[in-house]
Amino acid sequence: MSSPRIIWRKSLNYVMLTLTGVAAFAVVSVLFLILGYLIWNGGTSLSLNFFTQLPKPVGETGGGMANAIVGSLKLLFLAAVMGLPVGLLAGVYLAEFGGKTFSFIVRYTTDLLNGVPSIVIGIFAYSLVVLPVKHFSALAGGVALGIMVIPITVRSTEEFLRAVPGNMREAAMALGASKWKTIATVVLPAASGGILTGMLLALARVAGETAPLLFTAFGNRFWSQGWGQPIASLPVMIYTYAVAPYDDWHRQAWAAGLVLLALVLLSNLGARFILARSKAV
Amino acid sequence: MEKTTSPTIEHKQRLTISNLNFYYGPKQAVFKLNLKIPTNRVTALIGPSGCGKSTFLRTLNRMNETIRNTRVEGEVLLDGQDIHSLDVVGLRRRVGMVFQRPNPFPKSIYDNVAYGLRINGYKGRLDDLVEHSLRRAALWDEVKDYLKKSAFALSGGQQQRLCIARALAVDPEVLLLDEPCSALDPVTTAKIEELMFQLKDSCTMAIVTHNMQQAARASDFTAFMLDGHLIEHSETSKLFTTPTDPRTEAYITGRFG
Repeated sequence: MSSPRIIWRKSLNYVMLTLTGVAAFAVVSVLFLILGYLIWNGGTSLSLNFFTQLPKPVGETGGGMANAIVGSLKLLFLAAVMGLPVGLLAGVYLAEFGGKTFSFIVRYTTDLLNGVPSIVIGIFAYSLVVLPVKHFSALAGGVALGIMVIPITVRSTEEFLRAVPGNMREAAMALGASKWKTIATVVLPAASGGILTGMLLALARVAGETAPLLFTAFGNRFWSQGWGQPIASLPVMIYTYAVAPYDDWHRQAWAAGLVLLALVLLSNLGARFILARSKAV
Repeated sequence: MEKTTSPTIEHKQRLTISNLNFYYGPKQAVFKLNLKIPTNRVTALIGPSGCGKSTFLRTLNRMNETIRNTRVEGEVLLDGQDIHSLDVVGLRRRVGMVFQRPNPFPKSIYDNVAYGLRINGYKGRLDDLVEHSLRRAALWDEVKDYLKKSAFALSGGQQQRLCIARALAVDPEVLLLDEPCSALDPVTTAKIEELMFQLKDSCTMAIVTHNMQQAARASDFTAFMLDGHLIEHSETSKLFTTPTDPRTEAYITGRFG
């Protein structure tokens, strides 16, 4: 017969298993709740027009967010061009070259930078790029997002480079490769899938940033007139439309949220795909 | 300290090591080591774990320089030239290395073998040399139809022979083997030993091994190391049958190590 002690242990086991299970289920369901809610509220506004047309003037229904979709992609492009190379090279430095003290400083600073509130980075980009020329620009938004991309890229690059076995480096150097040649021809290719994944995730993460764009890229109800001019973006558009007093705009904000989430999910899936493929080699 | 029976008088010496000291930071790992490695012969380095034989082997192609805070003293002559005065890239092309664990690159079989040629700026026909190297490593027949496949698809023994082919591709005069069979099964080990026997025509080899049967089977000369010192060096048959130093005898009869 089971003693009370054993019954107590078994029931405690059962209770804890249930609790952790419920928590795990809650984590998963949050994403699906958000997705479902977005589809429920924004699905109806999602038409071809949404992707091809400019926003309609206030008071008219319909129209789309083509400019914001293109604008977001342009901002991400700028962020990629400015942030990814710096992040990549700094990651290579940390993983392959760095000495103890300086590496520690770089790593610590990177973590701090990662923790800086995005709006503060927005202010920084504002004073750096917007104030001198006295108008908002896509460039300023790109700088803000680019800065945010750097720490994530640095850490993921370093992590994936460290995962490359040291004996591969030895093999290359034993064949007469210099340190840099070893990194460029063996270590980076071996880690490329992971590094690329980290970069995609970094971009996906900043794709949804609103705060740093509010006073850098600002927003635009029309096509942007160039890199030096204000530009629309999906997150800012969502913000603007969600707080406006029109039902049609609310629906479009939901739709924009759906598109943004779909973009992020797609790039996540793409990242996982790349990683899975690169591991199969 | 050491009792070298100068077994190598009749042979040309590929490598002549004199008064070699090696330090990891303040800790000395190799002490005043003198050794001659004869041309186109296999020299085995045996000794208990941590006796410095791998460290010593890695001084011969200056691989230890990739480890921070290490220092080497003494002279290593490769065909009469001190290796420390040579360009390290050129040295490593002439003194190839095979490691304990097979470490192919995550590239195709072909690209693995061609790697050394490419980084050394070889401009000739890669295909021929890749085939030639794979044949020398006795791997060609097994992989000739899969050259574009990933090297990771090969078995452990095939990977190790691929690493040998990769080292052979740049046509080194010396091949250093750092316990090349310790991760392999006996059948594959036999293949590698057979391969070493064939390579003797064209290549000088130094092999670190924990396996005394392997040293006895595969080498012409054997050097026994203990605590960073070379204890005894002579013809393999002699060292294993009539060792002159009691410590050598104790080790090869299994009384320690």
